Amino acid sequence: MIKRFIQNAGWPRIIIALFLLALFIAAPFEPVSLLEGVRIYNFNINNLYISLSNIIVRFGMNGVMVLAMIPMIQAGCGLNFGLPLGIIAGLLGATLSIEWNAEIMTKLAEFAGQYKVSWLTQEFLNTWREPIGFASAIIIAVPIAVVLGWLYGKLLNRVKGDEMMIATYVGFSSVSLMCIAWLLLPYKHPTMVWGYSGHGLRTTISVEGYWLHVLSDSLALDVNKYLHIPTGMLIFFAVMAVLVWIFMKTKTGTAITAAGSNPEFARASGVNVDKMRTISVVLSTVLGAIGIIVYEQSFGFIQLYMGPFYMALPAVASVLLGGASVNKASILNVIVGTFLFQGILTLTPSVINAHLQTDMSEVIRAIVSNGMILYALTRKVRG
Amino acid sequence: MDSNTPLLELEHVGKEFYGNRVLTDISFTIQPGEIIGLVGENGAGKSTLLNILFGMPVISSTGGYEGNVLVDGKRVSFSSPNQALAKGIGMVHQEFSLIPGFTAAENILLNREVLNPSTMSYVFSDRVSTLDRDAMESRARAAIHTLGVNINPDMVVSEMPVGYKQFIEIAREIDRKGTRLLFLDEPTAVLTEQEAEILLIALRKLAKQGIAIVFISHRLSEVKTLCHRVLILRDGKLITDLPADSLSTREIASLMVGRESERRDPPAPEISDSPVDSVNVDDTLNAPKKKKKKPKPAIKVEHLWVDMPGETVRDVSFEVKKGEIFGIGGLAGHGKLGIPNGIMGLYPAGGKVRLFGRSLTLNKPRAALGRKMAFVSEDRRGVGLLLDEPLDWNITFTAMQTQGRFLLGIPYIFQVRNEYAMAKETRKFIDSLGIKCTGPKQKAGELSGGNQQKVCLAKAFVLRPNILLICEPTRGIDIGAKALVLDTLKQYNKENGTTIIITSSELEELRSVCDRVAIVDEGKIAGILPASSPAEEFGMLMMGEKLRVAMAATE
Repeated sequence: MIKRFIQNAGWPRIIIALFLLALFIAAPFEPVSLLEGVRIYNFNINNLYISLSNIIVRFGMNGVMVLAMIPMIQAGCGLNFGLPLGIIAGLLGATLSIEWNAEIMTKLAEFAGQYKVSWLTQEFLNTWREPIGFASAIIIAVPIAVVLGWLYGKLLNRVKGDEMMIATYVGFSSVSLMCIAWLLLPYKHPTMVWGYSGHGLRTTISVEGYWLHVLSDSLALDVNKYLHIPTGMLIFFAVMAVLVWIFMKTKTGTAITAAGSNPEFARASGVNVDKMRTISVVLSTVLGAIGIIVYEQSFGFIQLYMGPFYMALPAVASVLLGGASVNKASILNVIVGTFLFQGILTLTPSVINAHLQTDMSEVIRAIVSNGMILYALTRKVRG
Repeated sequence: MDSNTPLLELEHVGKEFYGNRVLTDISFTIQPGEIIGLVGENGAGKSTLLNILFGMPVISSTGGYEGNVLVDGKRVSFSSPNQALAKGIGMVHQEFSLIPGFTAAENILLNREVLNPSTMSYVFSDRVSTLDRDAMESRARAAIHTLGVNINPDMVVSEMPVGYKQFIEIAREIDRKGTRLLFLDEPTAVLTEQEAEILLIALRKLAKQGIAIVFISHRLSEVKTLCHRVLILRDGKLITDLPADSLSTREIASLMVGRESERRDPPAPEISDSPVDSVNVDDTLNAPKKKKKKPKPAIKVEHLWVDMPGETVRDVSFEVKKGEIFGIGGLAGHGKLGIPNGIMGLYPAGGKVRLFGRSLTLNKPRAALGRKMAFVSEDRRGVGLLLDEPLDWNITFTAMQTQGRFLLGIPYIFQVRNEYAMAKETRKFIDSLGIKCTGPKQKAGELSGGNQQKVCLAKAFVLRPNILLICEPTRGIDIGAKALVLDTLKQYNKENGTTIIITSSELEELRSVCDRVAIVDEGKIAGILPASSPAEEFGMLMMGEKLRVAMAATE
C-alpha cells in the first residue's frame, strides 16, 4: 500500500513534499533574540497564514504558464523551454492593451451607439473598464502567439530529437531580439515610455489603473486578516485547466498524444504528425501568452527586456516536480507541481532565513528548479 | 597437439531464449584447413551459433548455453569476443566494421600497429610511441597479397568500392597472428561475381595454409564449389553434415527449407518462365482464373518500387484475387517487407497499385487506410503499438482517426473520444482473441509478444478492412501464440471474405496458411507458386538460383 503510493508519487515528489511540510511546521515559530547568542521561539500562527496566502497567490499567478507545458510534452516536442516566445506575445498584448486603452473604450462606445446595443452603456463601460482592458490584452496577444507559435512549430519539426535544445535558444534569442524591439516600436503612451526621451518602453510598466488585480480581486475571499484567497484568479486557472483537459480528449488531442507517444504508429494510422506537433506548439505558445498576462495582473507590473529570459525554467521545473516526464504530462502534474514548487519558493525565504539568518532562499530555489530539470532529463527515454 | 585432434569441436550445443528454443543438440567438428559451408534460412540459428562461439554477451546474459565447445580438444567457454580472438578464432561480419577515414593499412593493423621505439615510450607507455608507417604498409600489403587482390594499402576506406572493403575486413583477420579458424558471414553478398570468384580462390589458398574456414552464405552454388563439407541448420537443428560433393544445390535448398526430406524428381524446366502455370494438379486456384477473368482483382500491383532502407523493392507486379490469402516470402533484406510497407504509404514508393480496379494514391498512409486497407507492421514495438498507452487506445486509435468512430460530438467541429465505446470494443477483442491482460486500461508495453501481436491484429480488425496486409505475423512469439494468430487470420478470411496478404520469413507458415505464395528475390518477384508446391521449389526461388543452372548442377 505504502509502496504503491511511493511508486505512484515518485521519490522526488515525496522528498519535496516532506520538505515543504517541514517548512509549514516551522513557519509559525519566529525566533526572538533575547540576549546575544540566546534565542527563544515565539509561536505565531499568523506567519503560517501569510505563507499560505503567498503560496496560493503564486500558484494562481504561475499556473497557466505551467499548463502551457502540457500540449508540447504530450506531442513529443519535449519541455517548452521556448516559453519566452509565448510570453513575448503576452507582453505585446499587455502593452498594446494599455497603449490603445483609450481608443478601445471610445471605439466600444461608438459601436454601442451605432448598433444600439442597449446594455453597452457608458456607465457599463466605466465599471467594466479594467476587465475590458484585461480581455483586450488577451485578445491582442492570442493572434500574435498563434503566428509566433506556428513559426516556432515549423522550426521544431525540422529539428526532431533536439527540440529542447533548439527551444531554449529560440526562447533566449527571441528575448534578445525583443530588447531591440521594445526600444524601437512606436509606443506613445506616457505611462509606458521613457520619460526623458519620449520613446522606447520602460523596463517595468505598472498596470495600475488598467487591469491591476482584475482576476485576483474578483470574488476574493479574506478568511482573516492574513489569509487572502484570490478566487477569481484560481477560477480562471481552473477554467483554463479544464479547457486543456477537454482539448486533450478531443480527436485532435488524442492524435497529439499518440503522435508524442509513438510518431511512427501515428503516421501509420494516417495522422499528420508534423501538423499535430505544430498545433501543440501553437497551443503551448498561446497558453504562455495568456499565462504571463494573468501573472502581470496579479504582480502589478509588466516586465520587459530581460524579464522573460528565465521565465521558462520555473514553469518547466514545476511540471517536472509535479511528476511529468519529458513525454507524458497531466493536469494533475501541473497542479501538484506548481503548488510544491511555489511552496518551496515562498516558504524558504521566510522560514529558512528566519532560522538560519542567512539568505538561502535563492540558492534553494536554484537547486530545486535546476535539479528537477536535470533529474527529468537524465530519465528521458528515447523510443 | 596430435594431428587428429579437431581444431574446433561442438558437443550437443543448445540454446534457449526465454523458453524459446533456438538451437538443439548441435555437434560437429572442424579440422585445420577445412572449409565448411554453413547454410540455413533466416532464423535457423546461425547467428546464435556464432554468438556462442564468440562469447557474445547476449549469450551469457540470457543464461548461457548447453553442451560443450572444445578448441584443440580442451573445453572452453568464452565470455567475451577477445577470448575467442586470443584462441585464434576470427570473424568477418556481414556489416563492415571499418573506419571510413582511415587507410587500408591503418584499418588492417588497427590496434596492432607497428611502433617506433622511443624514449617517450619507456617513460610513459607504448601509447605515446609513433607509428612505423613503412612497416605497417608492408605488413598490410602482405596480408592483402595473400588474398590475391591488388589494393593499395594507402587507399582510404571511404573511397573504396564495397568489394574492396570486404577484402580489407578479411585481410585484417589474416594479419592477426595465429588466426586458425575464420568465420565469414555472407562475405560474397556485396561482391560482384568476379570479386566473389577472386575471394573464393583466396579462401582456398588460406585453407591450404592450414586455416579452417566457416563460410556462411545464401549463394548455394558458391557453397558447393568452395566448401569441403556442408552443414545445414533448420529450426535450430543440424540437419546434415555431409561432404559438399555428395549434395546438389537443389538438395541443399530443399533440406534448408522444407520438411519433406524425400527427394523429388527434377521439375519441369518451364517453371522459371511462368511459375504460376507450372504446377501440379492440385492447383485449384488457378483453374477458375483461366476460365473466367471477370472479377477484378482485389489488389493489382504493377511495377511497384519502394525505397525502404534494407528492404528495397525494385520492380514488383502481382495480382491478388478477392478473398484470397496471398503470401510473400523470401530472405531478409530482399524486399518482401518493402511491398506492404510501400503499398500502405509508409515508405517512398512508385508504380501502380489498383484496389478493385481503382488506383490507389501512394505515399499517403491516410489514403491507403481510407480505401479500407489495414496494416499490421512487422515492427510491432516501433510502428505497431503505442507502448505507453492503454490497450483501448492501441486498438481503436486508427479507426478513430481515419473513420471517425469512437467519438462523441459533432464531426469537424468538436469531438471528444468515447472512452466507454473504446473500452467496450476492446473488451470484445480481449475475449475473442484471448488477449491476456488486466483489462482495456493496461498499457500495451506490459503485454507479452504474442499478446501484443493479438492487439495489432485487433487494431486491424477494428478497421473492418477489405484488404489486410500483415507483416511477419509470428515473429518473436511462442509456438502456441503462433498457431492462434494464424488460425485467427484463416478464420477471419473465411468469415468475412477479407483478402489477406501475409509477408513472412517463415516459408512453412506461409505454405500452411496461404493459397499462393510469391517469393521475392533482390527486390523482384522470383516466382509465384501455389502453396502446395514442394518446398524445394520455393527454396530454389529464394536462393535466387536460376533454375536451369541449378538443374545443370543436379545432373
